[in-house]
Amino acid sequence: MALSSKTKAVLWGPLNKNNPVIVQVLGICSALAVTSKLEPAIVMAIAVALVTAFANVIISLLRKSIPNRIRIIVQLVVVAALVTIVSEVLKAFAYDVNKQLSVFVGLIVTNCILMGRLEAFALGNGPWPSFLDGIGNGLGYGWVLVVVGFFRELLGSGTLLGYKVVPQALYDAGYENNGLMMLAPMAILLVACIIWVHRANNKELQEETN
Amino acid sequence: MKALKKCLDKIKPNFEKGGKLHWLHSTYDAFESFLFVPNTTSKSGVHIHDARDSKRTMIIVVLALVPALLVGIYNVGLQHYMAIGQDVTFLTRFFYGFLSVLPQIVVSYVVGLGIEFAMAQMKKEEVAEGFLVTGMLIPMIVPVDTPLWMIAAATAFAVVFAKEVFGGTGYNIFNVALITRAFLFFSYPSKMSGDQVWVRTAGTFGMGNGTVVDGYSGATPLGQIATTDAGGFAEFTFHGITGQPLSLSDMFLGFIPGSVGEVSTVAILLGAVILIATGMGSWKTMLSVFLGGFAAVLLVNLFAQNVIMEMPVYYHFLLGGFAFGAVFMATDPVTSARTEKGKWIYGFLIGLIAVTIRVFNPGYPEGMMLAILLMNAFAPLIDFYVIDANIKRRMKRTAIAK
Repeated sequence: MALSSKTKAVLWGPLNKNNPVIVQVLGICSALAVTSKLEPAIVMAIAVALVTAFANVIISLLRKSIPNRIRIIVQLVVVAALVTIVSEVLKAFAYDVNKQLSVFVGLIVTNCILMGRLEAFALGNGPWPSFLDGIGNGLGYGWVLVVVGFFRELLGSGTLLGYKVVPQALYDAGYENNGLMMLAPMAILLVACIIWVHRANNKELQEETN
Repeated sequence: MKALKKCLDKIKPNFEKGGKLHWLHSTYDAFESFLFVPNTTSKSGVHIHDARDSKRTMIIVVLALVPALLVGIYNVGLQHYMAIGQDVTFLTRFFYGFLSVLPQIVVSYVVGLGIEFAMAQMKKEEVAEGFLVTGMLIPMIVPVDTPLWMIAAATAFAVVFAKEVFGGTGYNIFNVALITRAFLFFSYPSKMSGDQVWVRTAGTFGMGNGTVVDGYSGATPLGQIATTDAGGFAEFTFHGITGQPLSLSDMFLGFIPGSVGEVSTVAILLGAVILIATGMGSWKTMLSVFLGGFAAVLLVNLFAQNVIMEMPVYYHFLLGGFAFGAVFMATDPVTSARTEKGKWIYGFLIGLIAVTIRVFNPGYPEGMMLAILLMNAFAPLIDFYVIDANIKRRMKRTAIAK
């Protein structure tokens, strides 16, 4: 299936130059809260991508019949319904991860990326581009989470997805896990590092210096 | 000296524009201006020059640190040989301490300066002198048993994230040495607190091997009082590592377990005299830190509920990093408040918060680091309101004159 250049931009833009986390700086709260381990970060990424995509589709289908004055309420109802489904599925099939994510599954409702995409995109576009936009933004949010989660789990616990990757010999030689990695301040520093690298590679995103 | 100068001049053309090693120009420049007074003059505008440049400032601060460092080094040896129950000469103790502390100093300087040189090289700027002091402070504020790789990691983290991202020397919001310590403290708490890290019990380079004596306990005085179950301060005594009671003079001279630089209050006071006499450190900041601590201690003494709340004020000043922080950390000209009135407020709040953390947070027996870092963040705000108040006062005056 060949995608036109516009749909490509809708799908790929949020992954790179229009990334919700590292360019628009949205959704930071959950990005800091759920990334101390890689597994919840991945689950959270998938959950947000799915909710954003389907909420976008539903709102896009309804966009002509939603009265403008109550559109936020309608959007919230749709998102809340989807989040409840995700939450129930997680409880049924991945209870441990659900416990680690705790309130942050429920808080997807208030994720600014979601409302932002509904307002900015789904209300003005058809269902198919809206779906791609949702997937793109969800993945754009997701890859940042996964990268942050990767480094936090690797350096903070010496494991990846629960498997020990730092060899015991290194611990015997005096290596220790970095406790600061498990705290939220380090997550924001890691996000900052990603932004740093990203801006360094994309000159047009750099703010003008005076 | 002449031969050195000749040698530098001989290789200079290589680093000039068009020379083979031009890309190393910053490095060459750093070494040349470190060794000799540069003969360049300002090219534009009016400049006032005096004998104080940042190179000289840094060297004087390092000199002021030397007494505390020397006593600290001696104390490392003293505590060690006490712990393994051997009686040795003064020089042996000193030499053991020197061997223990030297690697930390080397690591801190090599890592920090390495990053500074690389950054300056990349940005094509001159290498700034700021790290000369920071590199000396770092080994002085960490426990003597801190592994070298941790110091290296923490120094690298602090230099990059507390200094270079803000623009380098003179632009940092937080004290770089304290960020290093904070990184270590939160990353590797088992190596930065508790009662196992303050006295080096292992041998160093084959020197001073032995096993610790019975009844050994390496807790710092502040650690002891934070965990004591004594009913009141009158029943409580500070004890040294082999259980002997500690006198006030031990604490004043610095023969207690603790970080290398912070143990000896008398050496720190000597450093303070050097700083104040040369005009490098602000006596207002130092004094107000002690005043703030004094006020806080008086207050908690009044409403004392437990032993640490009853601890008299002079113990607070003698123990832990209070004096060291007041003299060398709070007065850092980059991160402290710059207005004269602001210095009083800034220092007072540091003393107040440090004592508050000590007394009310059993998890952190020492609060000086957190207090100074917190006030670093508020220093610009304090300055803003001091200046704002001054503007308002003068506005009022012109309004009346009209």
